[in-house]
Amino acid sequence: MAQQIALECRNITKTFGKVYANKNCNLDVRKGEILAILGENGSGKTTLMNMVAGIYFPDEGQIFVDGKEVVIKSPKDAFRYKIGMIHQHFKLVDVFSATENITLGINEGKYKLSEVKRKVVEITQRYGFVIDPDKHIYDMAVSEKQTVEILKVLYRGADILILDEPTAVLTPQETEKLFNVLRRMREDGKSIVIITHKMHEVLSISDRVAILRKGEHVATVNTSETNEAELTELMMGKKVDLNIQRSEPKNCVDRLTVKNVTSVDENGRKVLDNVSFTAKSGEILGIAGIAGSGQRELLESIAGLHHLASGEIVYLDPKTGEEENLRDKTPIQIRDLGVRLSFVPEDRLGMGLVGNMDIIDNMMLRSYQKGKSAFLQRKEPKDLAEHIIKELEVSTPGATTPVRQLSGGNVQKVLVGREIASAPSVLMAAYPVRGLDVNASYTIYNLLNQQKENGVAVIFVGEDLDVLIELCDRILVINSGKVTGLVDGRTAKKDDIGFMMTMSTENDSEEA
Amino acid sequence: MEKSDKKIRTPLFHIAKREAMPWYFGVIVRAVAVVAALIVAGVLVAVLTGKNPIQVYATMFDGVFGHSDRIWNMGQKVAILLGISLAVTPAFKMKFWNCGAEGQVIIGGLATICVMVFLGGKIPTPLLLVIMLVASVLAGVIWAVIPAVFKALFNTNETLFTLMMNYVAIHLVAYFLKLVAKDGSGVLSPLPQYGLPVIADKAFLLNILIVAAVTVAIYIYLKSSKQGYEISVVGESENTAKYIGINVKKVIIRTLVVSGAICGLMGLLIVGGTDHTINTAVVGGRGFTAIMVSWLAKFNPLVMVLTSFLIVFLEVGSDQLNTMFGISSSIADILTGIILFFIIGCEFFLRYKIVPNKNRKENA
Amino acid sequence: MSPIVSFIVSAIGLGMTLLYGSTGETLTEKSGHLNLGIPGVMCVGAACGCFAESVYFAAVGIKGTIPVLAVLIPMLATILGGALCGLIFSFLTVTLRANQNVTGLALTTFGVGVSEYIIAQADVVGPFVRGNKYFKASLPFADDLGWFGEIFLSHGILIYLSIAVALAVTFFLNRTRVGLNLRAVGENPATADAAGINVSLYRYLATCIGCGIAGLGGLTFIMDYLNGTWEYMIDDLGWLAVALVIFTVWKPNLGIIGSFIFGALYVASSFFAKYGISLSDQELFKMLPYLVTIIVLIITSARSRKKNQPPAALGLPYFREER
Repeated sequence: MAQQIALECRNITKTFGKVYANKNCNLDVRKGEILAILGENGSGKTTLMNMVAGIYFPDEGQIFVDGKEVVIKSPKDAFRYKIGMIHQHFKLVDVFSATENITLGINEGKYKLSEVKRKVVEITQRYGFVIDPDKHIYDMAVSEKQTVEILKVLYRGADILILDEPTAVLTPQETEKLFNVLRRMREDGKSIVIITHKMHEVLSISDRVAILRKGEHVATVNTSETNEAELTELMMGKKVDLNIQRSEPKNCVDRLTVKNVTSVDENGRKVLDNVSFTAKSGEILGIAGIAGSGQRELLESIAGLHHLASGEIVYLDPKTGEEENLRDKTPIQIRDLGVRLSFVPEDRLGMGLVGNMDIIDNMMLRSYQKGKSAFLQRKEPKDLAEHIIKELEVSTPGATTPVRQLSGGNVQKVLVGREIASAPSVLMAAYPVRGLDVNASYTIYNLLNQQKENGVAVIFVGEDLDVLIELCDRILVINSGKVTGLVDGRTAKKDDIGFMMTMSTENDSEEA
Repeated sequence: MEKSDKKIRTPLFHIAKREAMPWYFGVIVRAVAVVAALIVAGVLVAVLTGKNPIQVYATMFDGVFGHSDRIWNMGQKVAILLGISLAVTPAFKMKFWNCGAEGQVIIGGLATICVMVFLGGKIPTPLLLVIMLVASVLAGVIWAVIPAVFKALFNTNETLFTLMMNYVAIHLVAYFLKLVAKDGSGVLSPLPQYGLPVIADKAFLLNILIVAAVTVAIYIYLKSSKQGYEISVVGESENTAKYIGINVKKVIIRTLVVSGAICGLMGLLIVGGTDHTINTAVVGGRGFTAIMVSWLAKFNPLVMVLTSFLIVFLEVGSDQLNTMFGISSSIADILTGIILFFIIGCEFFLRYKIVPNKNRKENA
Repeated sequence: MSPIVSFIVSAIGLGMTLLYGSTGETLTEKSGHLNLGIPGVMCVGAACGCFAESVYFAAVGIKGTIPVLAVLIPMLATILGGALCGLIFSFLTVTLRANQNVTGLALTTFGVGVSEYIIAQADVVGPFVRGNKYFKASLPFADDLGWFGEIFLSHGILIYLSIAVALAVTFFLNRTRVGLNLRAVGENPATADAAGINVSLYRYLATCIGCGIAGLGGLTFIMDYLNGTWEYMIDDLGWLAVALVIFTVWKPNLGIIGSFIFGALYVASSFFAKYGISLSDQELFKMLPYLVTIIVLIITSARSRKKNQPPAALGLPYFREER
């Protein structure tokens, strides 16, 4: 029974543009098992499962359910083969009750909510869920919403459940509850696929682990026969040499000190938990971590866009040597203090730039307030735009082209170019090479290195560990909003960083 | 695989976002839409009335340009519609749906007529004119700022709020009329002696000049002022606005002050400049038409001269059709509607293209 | 009829005109469409009904008139005219992805013009005022029951139908699967789409049916409230109907009470005139429905409660991104 294959992916390939999301991926899921899919960000875990769930359609390869080849073109098709996926972003109607959300879109004869509710209660009892079927989604905590998503899938009779990073939003106690439910489903003969990058969870819940790296399936191992070290090595792979020119840091002085910073989101979860570090002039400080570990909140707090529950952010003025506390100051107030802070946010066209404006007007975003005149001064931004287009080799029809029409790499050159144009003393960049091709990426690395040589304190949030190790002087590792390590970029090992990114934090072990 | 794939029918085409297009592409598409709309409208009128469409348009043209009085009349109408369109533009550019221009104009007019009725003859004329100006602008500002404040505070739906404010203003006018017209008729005879001065013997010239000045001012304000730039940023992306430290609430309220002030000024021009009296239909839906004038011109004040002219041409021309052929003057609204539908619809072809689907499987 | 009874009767008459508009618009808004063309739709609906009545009367003459047909034919024409307006709106906003506010306002301009034209044509064909007799036909014993009969039984068919429609739409939205799907489309079209619901189809249908219902409001106003005489003020009532949707927090059953209150507020001025309220003060009374709506708007937005909020996707376009 346990050996029977419920789902098999054979030679699945999927490309987005020229980028391979998955390349010849093979995977099998047995009946009555919990399979963990482990991999770094961008290793193609979610894409692969999205193809099974009917969100994407594979370019090449085959999918088998119960030994028969199937074509899954939509989530509806997936349900027909009893496959259900619980996505990271919940698809629920806020003003509906749990029951209403569960029955939405199913046509099963007479519409009777009480009947639906009865069946829902039956399922909850069978697997040990705790949920009030009449509760509205807007009154629910994240874990309850997740329960509704799982119930939606079970209600439709799924035998294969795929959960994408289900524990990312849960507390350790909630995680444990979820795992108990999953174990009961396994006993009930259901197959469960759990996408994760948290090592200890993999070890505690799964029967087997499939490891993906850079879109390819590396290995599938039995959980009982492996350990954290082996899994980390499989996940990270060997070090790749990128040949990024790194100079020795010069004249390092403390520039920005973050002290015991804590921030809480609307669900009461700590997105930043007692974070402390110092960024020095003339060096690049890398920040490594799984996506969503608090990187965005950290940078936005420094930039004056995110409210902190406690802690201090102290800026040391290089000229006067004075200290300024930046906590809870608006971007304008920070600028008025004479702090030269530049920020390349993750969301380039939604935050850093205005897509419908041309390059010149986007240059002005940072500088338009200069001077007492009520009118805009377009001469300087125009010169700057032309300078950036020339220096960074932005390929554009002209300076008056809306940035929305530029390619990703050129958009990023415009944004980074503007941010370094103001001669910053601190430069923060979040995922500045995401989605960029190799050449554009190297342009950005060189720019960051130049800034470092000019004595700027550079903070670089990245996802590719090879890049972090070759580019950064020091690397701060964060995990679930906490600092789990600070390593030297010249001596750091990829596996060590990977381990710090995924290891269970003190808090977890205390409460679990 | 091949076999099962064929079972699933792929649609014949899909819709994709357009890449960068040269600027004249937009002009061509819109021009084609207007011409197509005029042809459809002409054919429609011909079918409904049995008149030759060319004759219909010729008559309309004559109604608009046939006589110097007609041209002045047309100029005045274009001026007022353009003025109101300019007023709503800063708000729309910020994506604040100000549907309350109707009320903001009429309340400006009400303030004007109140000053004329209660202070007229009692104070020197220059002082009276100044008070009229201040009162009308202030009234328009108040009417626009109330919804703006609630939008900024609670994100209250401004579309419906401003719509309701229109009717409050209209009934205030009705109240005023019943109050001053003691016979209960609700009609106030014109008070030209307290109106705005007539320059060069042309009754409408002052209005036209003032609106021309406002047009240039708004064009510069939106394109070259820091405040205008902030309006664009807030309208495009609130996230970006916050990122560069713009106080979004402040910009919303400040922009609606500008919007309301120009509306109030238009109230002054209508009541003090031409009508010298007021009635509840004095704005006559132009507060709504203005939204479309502004939107059709893609918020460019100079293009708005053209779009407001187009609308006024249809309206005045239809009046002429009514006089000449007895065609119901309601045809103006129908023609306006058809042209609007065409231009609204053509936006789709500017933003998207229809791509025929190739069976990708066969290439792979 | 005592003044109070006649006040209530006319409040019901005007109120139920609004009820059609608000029920239709509620149905539309539940799909996520903010149709500001409702005033125009009500005009077109009324005009189509009147035109159909004229044509029917001209065709069969006084003797040949069958009362049921004299009511049904205009009603069908009204619903059809309204639904056509809804089709224009949906085509532009769903298929061509145009902005809903601008499209709605253009539809109002267009609708007012079209209705005037149709009415002019109806006058050419012949009078439709006689239709009032059939639309206002009430139960024969209504007059014998004193105030009770006058308030509850003396109305024409369209008044009772408006309440039935409001209740039916309430039932549809809350107690049927299709209603649940429709609400999901208005709240979270992406979720509805993922659940296999055809978002575009739902929006098209809800808008067209909603416009058909709203059109009946215009017909009620002309044939019932104004006794068969045309007046160019339906569009004002249309805006009031849109306001009523907010006032009744998107619940057509509450709309029955809400529209009565609005109707009462609207006719209150003429009622109080009998008690010596000055003509000018009457105008202040007429502001009441609008002021009340503004206050409701502010309160619902200030309380950030999740209940009784507009559909979350109201006014927003939806199309699935290219994969």
